[in-house]
Amino acid sequence: MDTITPTTTPTSAATPGTGPFLSVEDLRVHFPTSDGVVKATDGLTFKLERGTTLGIVGESGSGKSVSSSAILGLHRGSSAQVSGRIVLDGVDLLSLSDEEMRLRRGKEVSMIFQDPLSAMHPYFTVGNQIAEAYRVHNKVSKKVAKARAVEMLDRVGIPQPDRRVDDYPHQFSGGMRQRAMIAMGLINNPGLLIADEPTTALDVTVQAQILDLLQDLQREFDSAVIIITHDLGVVAEMADDVLVMYAGRAVEYGPAKELLTHPEMPYTWGLLSSVPDVKGDTDARLIPIPGNPPSLLNPPSGCPFHPRCAHRDKVPGDLCWTERPELLQGSRGPSHLKACHLANPDEIYRKEVLVEIAPELAEEL
Amino acid sequence: MIAYVVRRLFAGVILLVVMSIVTFALFFASPINPADFSCGKNCSAEQKEQVSRALGFEDSWVTQWGKFAKGVFVGRDFPDDPELRKTAPETIAHCPAPCLGYSRERTSTVTDLIKDTLPVSLSIAVVAFFFWIVGGVLLGVTAALRRGTIVDRGLVGISLVLYAFPTFFIGLLLYKFVAVQWGWVDVPRYTTIEDGGISGWLSGLLLPGITLAVFFMAGYVRMTRAYVLESFSEDYVRTARAKGLPKRTVTFKHALRAALTPIVTMAGLDFAGLMGGAIITESVFNYPGLGKLAVLANSDFDLPTLVGLVILLATFVIIANIIVDLLYAVIDPRVRLS
Repeated sequence: MDTITPTTTPTSAATPGTGPFLSVEDLRVHFPTSDGVVKATDGLTFKLERGTTLGIVGESGSGKSVSSSAILGLHRGSSAQVSGRIVLDGVDLLSLSDEEMRLRRGKEVSMIFQDPLSAMHPYFTVGNQIAEAYRVHNKVSKKVAKARAVEMLDRVGIPQPDRRVDDYPHQFSGGMRQRAMIAMGLINNPGLLIADEPTTALDVTVQAQILDLLQDLQREFDSAVIIITHDLGVVAEMADDVLVMYAGRAVEYGPAKELLTHPEMPYTWGLLSSVPDVKGDTDARLIPIPGNPPSLLNPPSGCPFHPRCAHRDKVPGDLCWTERPELLQGSRGPSHLKACHLANPDEIYRKEVLVEIAPELAEEL
Repeated sequence: MIAYVVRRLFAGVILLVVMSIVTFALFFASPINPADFSCGKNCSAEQKEQVSRALGFEDSWVTQWGKFAKGVFVGRDFPDDPELRKTAPETIAHCPAPCLGYSRERTSTVTDLIKDTLPVSLSIAVVAFFFWIVGGVLLGVTAALRRGTIVDRGLVGISLVLYAFPTFFIGLLLYKFVAVQWGWVDVPRYTTIEDGGISGWLSGLLLPGITLAVFFMAGYVRMTRAYVLESFSEDYVRTARAKGLPKRTVTFKHALRAALTPIVTMAGLDFAGLMGGAIITESVFNYPGLGKLAVLANSDFDLPTLVGLVILLATFVIIANIIVDLLYAVIDPRVRLS
């Protein structure tokens, strides 16, 4: 059904003058608990255009999933306090009523989840669940919706979709379940697709297929994609922009290629150092980040990363302990932002970090 | 499916055999001589032996169990004494197959005793089951949907109090106030459907049914609430919301369906347990059901009745288990019967 106000036509490109397709400004998601306020997301800002992909990277508990659930409005009806602005295609999602938001959920913005086995209802067939997603936003008969579900299953590469449509989720393999989730997410041609660790629960070979499929579909539907992951390989493969999150905030944000080759924040260095390299030369070391992600209830003073930071002593005085660095332009141009007090991060990265994790690269530079 | 049921029934029969053996063994492990009970005070040793033989207690318990098992299939005479059959056949009671024994105390075959008492217990169980399932599940779902509100706290609090109340106390309260003092209902008396019609039958069962239901209902409110809350935190409920489904669909179609599955299991087994009689409720309202029969049989060491009741109750539980497992396979497509 093509209903349609000019601002919500799924196929329209971002209207000039109205800003980016998705713009998140100073997003905060706070959960009041009896022990205090958990600041799961605390001032997140980013932009995303149609046809492009943003990778959000960070450890478990850094606020990635909470932030994306906020875009979908999934915190509505819970105790969470969400503030800031989430403007999708000119509409501030946070100012919508619950019902208006519900009508956009799954239609203009949809989400695929990490573990497709638990994310699909065990008692309903795959086809039933996909068709349900279609019928809630389109006034069509069950038969039409089912035909559409078969079509989508075919599109995402499920063999014999007309037969598999009547299977239950547990009869699918992990990769097929994730394909079915993607079919469910894309059945209404949403302008924004959020993929929350879509490959984490899958085999490596299947991971590549799923990422490939996502890229294909993104091109086909010209949608904006947010991919949440802790796998920098996925980011390098998929993302146009990367946002590194730590303790509910962005600590580094920039174009993927730039950020991955010239990271300027010790936490990003830590993530890069933790990734094994297949081509790897044996001199390269895997260096885990010491310690655990910080408590969001009671985050460390100053820079939240300072208790785990190996480079904090290179900052004069006790700045890292006392003052939280803002997300500001680094030394490499206006598109690359970082939140760090270090004055010469590029030099430190080249001379101290790169020689450890990729000696060859360090020599080339 | 049929093979599964047959296999389960076969296992159930074996279980029944074992249960009857255990009941016999336990009975004879007791230091009390059943003949003492029948013979009474001032009983000479000679009389006692006579009584013991008349009751069939002179054999070892294994032999007695053998006779019992045989009787189930071919019937028995009590006492099975060829001489007596010649001299005084009118003193011999015949118990046709399936014979679960003959109760001297109650001068009746156990099968007849069960025939008389089972409808009473079954009626109370059915009425109670209706109240507690409808009440418990509805209130439990309500509490879960209004989590943290005064409704939720009130329901949880009240059910905790009711859960802690002894059944006999609730029964007596209802009896005294609702039936006697306020006269809202007739003083409960068991009426068969033949005698009083459906309405007479129901009105007689109202208070006992509620009494019995209160305890279970309190438990089911809390259990249902817990399962529903748990299912709301399932990933697939989040998926359902992410699809943009209306809240009602998310709640009733996606969350509740999963939450109610374990309740079906509990309800099936609890109901089967109740068919064996609600001892306290039947005693309070003086209803001639299985529970009351069991208490009496226990107090006068009536082995045949006890064995019969144990077998009956075990049969109900076994059958209920099979039905619940079959239901489970219908509800949850992941369950395969094997």
